[in-house]
Amino acid sequence: MVNIRARSAGWLFVSLMFFVSSCPSIAFAAEQAAGAAAGYPWWFWPIILFFFCLVLGVLAVMAGVGGGVLYVPLVSGFFPFHIDFVRGVGLMVALAGALAAGPGLLRRNLANLRLALPVALIASACSIVGAMLGLYLSSLNPDIIQVCLGVTIVGIAILLVSSKNTEKPVINNQDAIGLALGLQGAYWDDGARESVEWKTHRTLLGLSMFIIVGLLAGMFGLGAGWANVPVLNLLMGVPLKVSVATSKFLLSITDTSAAWIYMNRGCVIPLIGVPSIVGLMLGSLIGVKLLAIAKPKMIRYLVIAVLFFAGLKAIDKGLGLDFLG
Amino acid sequence: MELNIMNTQNDQALKPSREQIIYANLLIIGVWAGIAILVTTYAIYLTGILPSHVELSLIPKIWGKGVGEYLEITQSPHGWGWVPLLAKGDFLNYLGLALLALMTIVCYLVLARGYVRQKNWIFSAIAILEIIVLSVAASGILGSGGH
Repeated sequence: MVNIRARSAGWLFVSLMFFVSSCPSIAFAAEQAAGAAAGYPWWFWPIILFFFCLVLGVLAVMAGVGGGVLYVPLVSGFFPFHIDFVRGVGLMVALAGALAAGPGLLRRNLANLRLALPVALIASACSIVGAMLGLYLSSLNPDIIQVCLGVTIVGIAILLVSSKNTEKPVINNQDAIGLALGLQGAYWDDGARESVEWKTHRTLLGLSMFIIVGLLAGMFGLGAGWANVPVLNLLMGVPLKVSVATSKFLLSITDTSAAWIYMNRGCVIPLIGVPSIVGLMLGSLIGVKLLAIAKPKMIRYLVIAVLFFAGLKAIDKGLGLDFLG
Repeated sequence: MELNIMNTQNDQALKPSREQIIYANLLIIGVWAGIAILVTTYAIYLTGILPSHVELSLIPKIWGKGVGEYLEITQSPHGWGWVPLLAKGDFLNYLGLALLALMTIVCYLVLARGYVRQKNWIFSAIAILEIIVLSVAASGILGSGGH
């Protein structure tokens, strides 16, 4: 029974890997088709988008990145939608994923509410400013946003390659702000079979960094897990597991404020939004199942390569160079 | 005896706080209700059970334009202007989207109440400020103009 299960999971994984490796061709096909958008029936696009997002969901979980960071550059690069709609839906995608993951992380005490609340207040207020700034720049000239998005995505790819997170940072002295806010806790580490206590340091500097994180998240509709984790872990000294979980939970708050700005402007078209959200959520569920048998490191490198390409493609598109087709 | 006290303290630290559990419980109900509504209303939209405000065949022709132009062509509202149009299949989808985007505010209302009861003034203030920030964003005061 177990053997059959493992074998079918293996087949599923192989099929998905095939689909994943053909992802650029699907994207290019979508791009080619974009030129002749009028030639396709309306239902063609939601179906393509659903399957595309399903694959992105699997990839995102395996690579340990949020859905939004893959969705915005890839969909804006390869689908015929205006960047306003891609950013609006990108935020809804990141928000839905974070909301779905939140309850489990909170119950297991991996996401810490005391840590998340002050950080979320700063990031969500700044993401409103970022969203408004992004929409303003886009109304002036969408290419400005494309180029800035491309530069940010390439920066994220470099960050993913170079950042060396610390699993359990050792903090001897907690600073006054961390102490006053009670930014400390403990969690049970299943792997090491021990309870791990933690506390923050450099809290003021860490909190200030979330001004930039919030601005970027709102401006590009990316979600911000890629930035939350290094700030929490490397700067503030929060253990990696708590950082990852709190970051995921944080997105549900930060993205809410920016998502409302985009939604109120009319940037969330249901025909694009619903298949993206549902596809990515289903993909994430499949991704979690596949994590047990896959080699996440290999997927992570694949995703980093895709991010590099998507970033360069966005710069290319924004500058109108057309080097990358 | 001392060891027992230490173990109990450690167990307490490992457990999520009461507020965390309430937040998680509320969130799980809201999220899955939101997703279920989203899928149902999308099916209603695509099958044409309710008429659409914007023709489905028109959307692919104009989704490459900026949001201002899109709204102008389709005569679509911004802000909360979709509420009076809920009888239209496309705007019906906003029910699920809005529920998802409102869940955090609902959870924060419960959190703020809990913190005020505990007289934890720092976190009460943080929670109330967050409710204000999210409510301003959701209200449309900031986000619905300027096309």
